[in-house]
Amino acid sequence: MTTPRGSLRPRPSTLLKRKKTRIDDLGGRSLTADALVRLRRNPVAIVGAVIIGLFVLISIFAPLIAPHDAGAVFPELQRTLRPDSIPGSMPGFPLGSDQNGRDFFSRLILASRQTLIVGVLATLIGLVFGVVIGALAGAFGGWVDTVLMRVTDVLLSIPSLLLAISIAALAARPSQTTVIIAVALVNVPIFARLLRGAMLAQRDSDHVLAATSLGVKRSAIVVRHMLPNALGPVIVQATLTLATSILDAAALSFLGLGDGDPARAEWGLMLANAQAYLDVRPALAFYPAVAIILVALGFTLLGEAMREAIDPKGRR
Amino acid sequence: MSPLLEVEDLKVAFTRRGEPDSVAVDGVGFDVQPGEIVGLVGESGCGKSVTSLAIMRLLPERGNRVTGSIRMDGDDLLALSDSAMRERRGKDLSMIFQDPLSSLNPVISVGLQVTEVLTRHRGMKKDAARREAADLLDRVGIPDPRRRLDSYPHQLSGGMRQRALIAIALACTPRLLIADEPTTALDVTIQAQILDLLKQLVAETGTALVMITHDLGVVAGLCDRVNVLYGGRIVERAERHELFRTPRHPYTHGLLGSIPRLDGPPGEELAAIRGSVNDNLPWTDACAFAPRCPRKLDACTAGTPPVTENGRLLRCINPVEAS
Amino acid sequence: MLRFIVRRLIQVVPTLLLLSVLLFAWLRSLPGGPAAALLGDKATPEKIAELNTVLGLDQPIPLQYLRFLGRAITGDFGNSLITGERVTTEIARALPATIELSIAALLIAVLLGIPLGYVAARYRGRPLDTATVIGTLVGVAVPVFFLGYLLKQWFAVDLGWFPPSGRQAVDIDATHVTGFAVLDGLITREFDASWDALIHLVLPAIALATIPLAVIVRITRASVLDVMGSDFVRTANSKGLAPSTVRERHVLRNALLPVSTTIGLQTGLLLAGAVLTEKVFVWGGLGTLLAQAIERRDYPRLQAVVLLGALVYVLVNLLVDLSYAIIDPRVRVR
Repeated sequence: MTTPRGSLRPRPSTLLKRKKTRIDDLGGRSLTADALVRLRRNPVAIVGAVIIGLFVLISIFAPLIAPHDAGAVFPELQRTLRPDSIPGSMPGFPLGSDQNGRDFFSRLILASRQTLIVGVLATLIGLVFGVVIGALAGAFGGWVDTVLMRVTDVLLSIPSLLLAISIAALAARPSQTTVIIAVALVNVPIFARLLRGAMLAQRDSDHVLAATSLGVKRSAIVVRHMLPNALGPVIVQATLTLATSILDAAALSFLGLGDGDPARAEWGLMLANAQAYLDVRPALAFYPAVAIILVALGFTLLGEAMREAIDPKGRR
Repeated sequence: MSPLLEVEDLKVAFTRRGEPDSVAVDGVGFDVQPGEIVGLVGESGCGKSVTSLAIMRLLPERGNRVTGSIRMDGDDLLALSDSAMRERRGKDLSMIFQDPLSSLNPVISVGLQVTEVLTRHRGMKKDAARREAADLLDRVGIPDPRRRLDSYPHQLSGGMRQRALIAIALACTPRLLIADEPTTALDVTIQAQILDLLKQLVAETGTALVMITHDLGVVAGLCDRVNVLYGGRIVERAERHELFRTPRHPYTHGLLGSIPRLDGPPGEELAAIRGSVNDNLPWTDACAFAPRCPRKLDACTAGTPPVTENGRLLRCINPVEAS
Repeated sequence: MLRFIVRRLIQVVPTLLLLSVLLFAWLRSLPGGPAAALLGDKATPEKIAELNTVLGLDQPIPLQYLRFLGRAITGDFGNSLITGERVTTEIARALPATIELSIAALLIAVLLGIPLGYVAARYRGRPLDTATVIGTLVGVAVPVFFLGYLLKQWFAVDLGWFPPSGRQAVDIDATHVTGFAVLDGLITREFDASWDALIHLVLPAIALATIPLAVIVRITRASVLDVMGSDFVRTANSKGLAPSTVRERHVLRNALLPVSTTIGLQTGLLLAGAVLTEKVFVWGGLGTLLAQAIERRDYPRLQAVVLLGALVYVLVNLLVDLSYAIIDPRVRVR
């Protein structure tokens, strides 16, 4: 099927294809193209995208940028540690030492990877499971819908941090995997609700009715006609969820529910461990905190801008 | 008789940062006599609604530029202070809009929305205002008005809501009422009722009415004089019967010709005006209608067509013959 | 109207039941089972089996659930693994501290947030608005615990304006009546105790209020903008009404509807924020209980606090739904 302007255009049934090309001639961009244009003009979106781009680049090339290993302890740094002072930048160590004699700069850079991985995995897993559950609920309706939604409601009825805490606390020994699973599980009901809502909104729409009346199979309708239209909000939510996942993961680390090994480089953990040294060397807490804030901000900015951009009403 | 309202060379441009101005109203001028019903006709986008909002000074604070003059009782409405204009709105001039449901505050009662005008402009106290409001609702044909005072907008039908809005607009017997497509959002059967109601009420109160519409049928049954707008300017103005009998501007002619007739030969194609409203040329360089005009001459795209006035206004160098 | 309330209340029950089932399953799914958790380091297979019988863990699962439910309804959540005290007693003692903190934070968020959101919308596009929007975006991105530590470091340690932790100075001998420190001081006329408690509240309340404040400002602004552009506001203006009338009767009454929902939502989320804030400021409330429970794997306490948090959230949301019915006449018809 030829789709002249992008694949996120709401798709009328295949059999109406011929009429569609005539309407195309009257002009007008598809929803994706329209949204992208609006995004490109939006300074908020650009700032967000730049931040995220930088973040991704840094995490990809982290081993190349960081001069040392995250866990390596340097005697020359250890020697300079005092109860009331921790050295700042020194030759070979651009940001000086952390509280244990490790290279702060390298740890900061390498930690970006951890954060990215945790955020992406938690969001992705939550998205996949959530979308499947939501699609099933919305497509089948009836008791399937009721059961799935009741469970989702219950999960949503617990504040996300508490839920994450409960799940993470299950583990005998805390680890990054626990954190990822906990945050992912918190994200599942959000996506499930979103998908279900999108499905329900379309169930009675004209293009679905048209397809059904033409005998298109239900599975085909769901996959080829309804899901693509739900894609927009899902992408927006995924971007916003990346921000919250990163923050939630940091909170879990702070509470001691992540992998507590102080040699590990992860912003949340670094922040948590640096609290005790706030008056000795505040930078140890500041830099990881600013990093978390910037990345969360970047995703939030982009996500909000995207939400505005795909709003078909297009009000400013 | 001196006119109640005189609009002279009204221009409204919408401004957006980083983009050129978008001129919605490009030098509109007309007048309204006391008690007269004047029509403002045109397709969507021709500037008729913006003109009415400019008269009421209801355009947003920022993002637009209004020039020209709008005189009412010798005062230029555009030059008044905000508080002076607020004195007049609702009392000397008022307006009703297209969508009756969204035009009413959904969380307060209909009665309150009527009494608040009475309280504000006629200084009435609560009980007197309620009695007057019930009376007004009765006059616009709402059954069981006293109970309706405490109803909420969503509890009324579309027709009743529009009646309520008319009651609100006429509560302080303004001298001018502007109606912006008041029947477009209503069922056809209700449309006729509302129009009759309007006609009757303005005759009773002596209020002048500016009727904004795209529907020539509405104009035919209601207006004394008609202004036809295209591309932000008035292209023809005439007394009602003359306009319908001998439309001279090709646009007006085309509009009238496009109305399907029951007594036409069967199978006859609908006569549409070719092109669309977007196929415009700026008035400053040519006749804006030229790209779509069946009577176009080369001179039409050479410069702005002059305006001729002899009882009726016409902006065309090659009008349809007056038969 | 009454039917509406009853109907909504009934709808909450299955959710709560399901929550209890999930909580029950959660506890049962712990590695080694609750017996192992209770015994901790001293767990041996024989001891576990013993404890299982004592605790009734060898009974059929549905029966266990019913006993659990029965005890839960009467408020028996077992004893804390750390202190050995009844969990419900611990919670009752810690609750007022968290409630006081939450109320303070909520007051800040609402009393500051709504006017700020309105002003930002009213002067849209001007510097104040831009600054506000940026502020809300940053506010949501800042980890609460970091902000808490920052405030503590700057204003308590460095500047000494506020105390760094606790609810009351050690040397003030305050009489406890309700458990609400500020209130107690006022009741017993120990004004210095009241003042002292208030000062202790400032920093943690600000830290906790940040996220709700940001969200409330954002929603208020968006809602006011939305309503200001609506047709009925245009009608109100066309009537020549005084600006204050338009603002209060037409704009705000409609704009505050979604804001009230948000306030409800944020209230429910305060407990989660309190966990982090209380840890930073050693507040001694529910959040501190929870933080301890997490650190030391005190499952009975953990379970009870989480359930309480969820319960509060559900009830607050219910209240918000019901208040909607009072404020918005359109909802009542349904």
